[in-house]
Amino acid sequence: MNRFAMIGQRMTQAIPSIIGIIIVTFLLTRALPGDPAVYFAGPAADEQSIAEVRAALGLDKSLPEQFWLYLGDLVRGDLGVSISTGRPVIEELATRLPASLELTLVALIFAIGTALPLGILAATRPNTWIDHLCRVVVTAGVSLPVFFTGLFFVYIFYYIADLAPSPLGRIDIYFIAPDHVTGFFLIDSLIAGDFETFRAAFAQIILPAVSMGVFVLAPLARMTRASMLQALGSDYIRTAQASGLSRSKVLFAYAFRNALLPILTTLGMVFSFMLGANVLVEKVFAWPGIGSYAVNALIVSDFAAVQGFVLSMAILFVVINLAIDVLYTIVDPRIGMEG
Amino acid sequence: MAVIEQPDDKIESSLAAWWRHFRYVVSENPVTLFAFCLFGMFVFLAFFGPWIVPFDPLASDTSSALQPPSWKHWFGTDNLGRDVFSRVIVATRLDFMIAFSAVALSFVIGSVLGCLSGYYGGWTDRIVGRSVDTIMAFPLFVLAMGIVAALGNTVENIVYATAIINLPFYTRVARAEVNIRRQAGFVDAAKLAGNSDARLLTFHLYPNILPPMMVQVSLNLGWAILNAAGLSFIGLGVRPPSPEWGIMVAEGATFIVSGQWWLALFPGAALMLAVFCFNLLGDGLRDLIDPQRRT
Amino acid sequence: MTDTSDIPLLAIKDLTVEFKTRSGVVEALHEVGFEVHKREMVGVVGESGSGKSVTAYTVMGILDRAGRATGGSANFGGFEMIGARERDLRELRGREASMIFQSPRTALNPIRKVGAQIEDVLLQHTQVHHRDVKQKAIDLLAQVRILRPEQRYHAYPYELSGGMCQRVMIAIALACEPALLIADEPTTGLDVTTQKATMDIVRDLTSARNMAAILITHDLGLAARYCQRIVVMQSGEVVESAPTDVLFSDPQHPYTKKLIQATPRPDSRLEDLSDVAKDDERVSAATASTELEVEGEAPPLLEVRGLVKEYPLHETAERRRVMDRILRPNLTPSPSVFRAVDAIDFVVGSGESVGLVGESGCGKSTTSSMVTRLLDPTEGTILFDGEDIGAIPARKFARHPLRAAIQMVFQDPTESLNPRFSAFDAIAEPLRRLGAPMDRTSLAHTIEELATMVGLPTELLTRFPHQLSGGQKARVGIARAIALRPKLLILDEPTSALDVSVQAVVLLLLDRLRRELGMTYIFVSHDLNVVRLLCDRVIVMNEGRIVETGKASELLTNPKEDYTRALVEAIPHFGQSEGMPTLEGSVA
Repeated sequence: MNRFAMIGQRMTQAIPSIIGIIIVTFLLTRALPGDPAVYFAGPAADEQSIAEVRAALGLDKSLPEQFWLYLGDLVRGDLGVSISTGRPVIEELATRLPASLELTLVALIFAIGTALPLGILAATRPNTWIDHLCRVVVTAGVSLPVFFTGLFFVYIFYYIADLAPSPLGRIDIYFIAPDHVTGFFLIDSLIAGDFETFRAAFAQIILPAVSMGVFVLAPLARMTRASMLQALGSDYIRTAQASGLSRSKVLFAYAFRNALLPILTTLGMVFSFMLGANVLVEKVFAWPGIGSYAVNALIVSDFAAVQGFVLSMAILFVVINLAIDVLYTIVDPRIGMEG
Repeated sequence: MAVIEQPDDKIESSLAAWWRHFRYVVSENPVTLFAFCLFGMFVFLAFFGPWIVPFDPLASDTSSALQPPSWKHWFGTDNLGRDVFSRVIVATRLDFMIAFSAVALSFVIGSVLGCLSGYYGGWTDRIVGRSVDTIMAFPLFVLAMGIVAALGNTVENIVYATAIINLPFYTRVARAEVNIRRQAGFVDAAKLAGNSDARLLTFHLYPNILPPMMVQVSLNLGWAILNAAGLSFIGLGVRPPSPEWGIMVAEGATFIVSGQWWLALFPGAALMLAVFCFNLLGDGLRDLIDPQRRT
Repeated sequence: MTDTSDIPLLAIKDLTVEFKTRSGVVEALHEVGFEVHKREMVGVVGESGSGKSVTAYTVMGILDRAGRATGGSANFGGFEMIGARERDLRELRGREASMIFQSPRTALNPIRKVGAQIEDVLLQHTQVHHRDVKQKAIDLLAQVRILRPEQRYHAYPYELSGGMCQRVMIAIALACEPALLIADEPTTGLDVTTQKATMDIVRDLTSARNMAAILITHDLGLAARYCQRIVVMQSGEVVESAPTDVLFSDPQHPYTKKLIQATPRPDSRLEDLSDVAKDDERVSAATASTELEVEGEAPPLLEVRGLVKEYPLHETAERRRVMDRILRPNLTPSPSVFRAVDAIDFVVGSGESVGLVGESGCGKSTTSSMVTRLLDPTEGTILFDGEDIGAIPARKFARHPLRAAIQMVFQDPTESLNPRFSAFDAIAEPLRRLGAPMDRTSLAHTIEELATMVGLPTELLTRFPHQLSGGQKARVGIARAIALRPKLLILDEPTSALDVSVQAVVLLLLDRLRRELGMTYIFVSHDLNVVRLLCDRVIVMNEGRIVETGKASELLTNPKEDYTRALVEAIPHFGQSEGMPTLEGSVA
């Protein structure tokens, strides 16, 4: 058995997804009502610049030829030029990506750190107060619009309690951003050994990360509880109990490792939610990530920017799913082995 | 071919059994009853909202702008002096309309596609599966943003976008449910009784997969409302001054840092309550259908 | 001789267990009591719901949350198991008393190597030093007669067959050399030959270690072959407990008598089952002996020639093959098909009853699906009344005039009934689709007639499947199958999901219907004893091919092929003295 070959095979399975994404984003640009060139050139464009854009996109050519041009642009990393800033879209996205990633990862750590223990506790003590608490948290969590949670965190922790800094950006204006190493302020400040900056960055990120985390906590806790319950009710747990294995062994080596598989599957969905919620949270907290970039671009009808945003988010999501698949292959020996 | 009605007592007995089961589930879990009542209230407001509100939701009155909640204005007034309570109530219809039409669209299309691909397998399954996978390859909210941005900034396009991003769930549920029953003895028995594929899917398989689909519908409605509100929060779809929960929260957001919390709180709370209601309803329906599968 | 000290190893007394359910508290066990002595194997026998598994779970303290022991005691070597602290029980489980379960595949952790699962138990009870644990696990695998144990040590359960998994379970259970082994339906779902191999291992290993064992089973024959004493349970109570030979030669309780009568033996005849059935079946069973003997020379109704069914081995393998064909056209395609049915020929005469017998995976179900025209054959002809129905695609056959002439009774009466159709609608369905048009009252009349014919009380017709018992559902399935008066009825293991007493009734019913309606039967089953009760002729299949064909009585008493002989010998049954003295014999 060869794990590496299996992981390699998983990688190739992502190719159809990427092809699908490229086709869909291409079709979306061509589905624009009226003349796409007008959209891409922006509302302030004159006849000449519209004509230039039309030539650049190849809109006067046949659809397959246009697609070929589009593919060529993608290969060169050319996502067009943002009409609002005049800079290439890919550059803008690249500078803003670390901010979004940092926010998403902190939110994810918070969500997993809360959801897994909650779900496991609820599953091992069904119909106790902790189980009911889990149920309430789970249902309330998914019901909270993430932008609404964010706003009221701001109201409570900034306006009333004055515990949080003003909800504007990644770091308070009195601090200077740490030297760029990873682009993650939390990590970069630690590398620089600047704990004051770390504290400031942490204070900024905690509210947006928690509001995002609360939103995805629910599906994770729910799935943890359900899959733990299912694992605990299965025959092999009975075998383990009948052979007198210790409680922790039964719970973790037998039940939890099996329960992990459906949780990993849910993680894909959780990331889908998070990348969407990113946009909303970044708007609320004026977070300088790619989500708020896309919102601003939408307002001024900066079409190339929006398109670039959708495409890069989708590619990011495919990469994340791939990572989850690889993780799954590591946990579950059965994957791809029946062939 | 003769059409034979079911004997009346049979319908009654199954109805009675269902009612008994319903009462059992509700008594086990009163939250479900609460959810049903809440749902009734929202539907009532969606139908009759415009006639029962105290103020015109669009009429501005700058003299009474930004007033906190009072006896006159239960939810306060916004920066243009419009009554937030009236606007929240009237918005129910628009939000529910968007969610219901989107979910109905994806339910119909998704269940047909899912049934076909689950039943026939092979190439049908591969094509449907590949298309669904492509939708799922996007972060769904981001895809909805892209679709609305491309198709144009209108309410109908919000509906289409929400329908498209919901489609995979229905297709997958229908496909999975048909797939596990495709080999079941009762399906073979129906073939032996001379049912064609179409009849078999419609009259034998579909009624059996309907319950899990309905659970999905209920859970999805909440999600659809959240999505629609999220889109209008970032300025897509519904345009001001139309009252809509998402847009009202967005408008209220600017005032929250200066302490006027009521502008965003009440529409946000209404939104939350609606989604909460659908989620509880989904759990309740799940219990109704299968008490063993409670999670 | 055996150590027959008076103190039993396990003494269960007045054990009462209650379950909390939706409809209130239900008593699952009522004052159950029996003893297990050292070095004996005790069989606990009963039909589903008799409480035999609940007894074992209660003793081991692994009953699920809804159940609770409300009274009685279970004394295990001086230690009271009922009400003991969980920590003490955990010490005891696996080390002093262990258990093996049915469906061994799901009873093992699917994502942990089997070697590691054996080691878990050894390390838990500190039986061996860390350094030696792997060798000990491999030794255990060898002891349960697993070939190449060093390699199997690294295997995951999904890589092993069901029988292999059960051997691994036995290795886990015996790892710490416990004094008692409880085997809960250990061979249900396994083929007869695998069943015999598995039970032989259990018997040999327990007797070699001077262990006591409890065998929980629904199969009287199995208990008779391996146990020295048998405890019979019925709805939560022990009705009789006796040494095996005494129990069979002189059963005391009426339920025991009924159970013994209902269990088919190699020499039993259909009318032997008749006492089990209620009055309605008894009358007809009396006439069974005067049955007309249909010989093979009857005009053929069904003629199967060179029937083949192939499946692609794996979907990705199939896809890879297609890709290969495109990318590398000169490459000879690798064999990527599996022949489930491999060129078989047989003839079924009109009015005949033919048994199709074999172990799981032998192709008998695939064959019956093709004959029923639910599945398209890859090659070959199926002539029905002279017409080649094999050439008509299965999808089109639903509306073919011959559809009504070939019907089927399914294996699992529960899942073969649409949960949303009442019994009435289930029986009416074929009449509405394929029958002559009739109005509402005459349809209702026809269905009532059918219900009466299969012994289903007409007031049950309005019920839905979940409101019917297993036997009643089986009757609905039979009524539906005969509604169109088919010429050929295929019975696909129609009784394998039923308890023996219900099985007896259904067998009698099927026999009566065949004679009354002049139908031809193909009886698909894994159980030779059942098949011979109903069939004149038997076809034995193995690995997609026909091994042997012959008259039922001759084939069972004097099989020509080795495979058939192994199959016949593996069937456990009582009335033969074979299994009983083995323990004493092997220990000496």
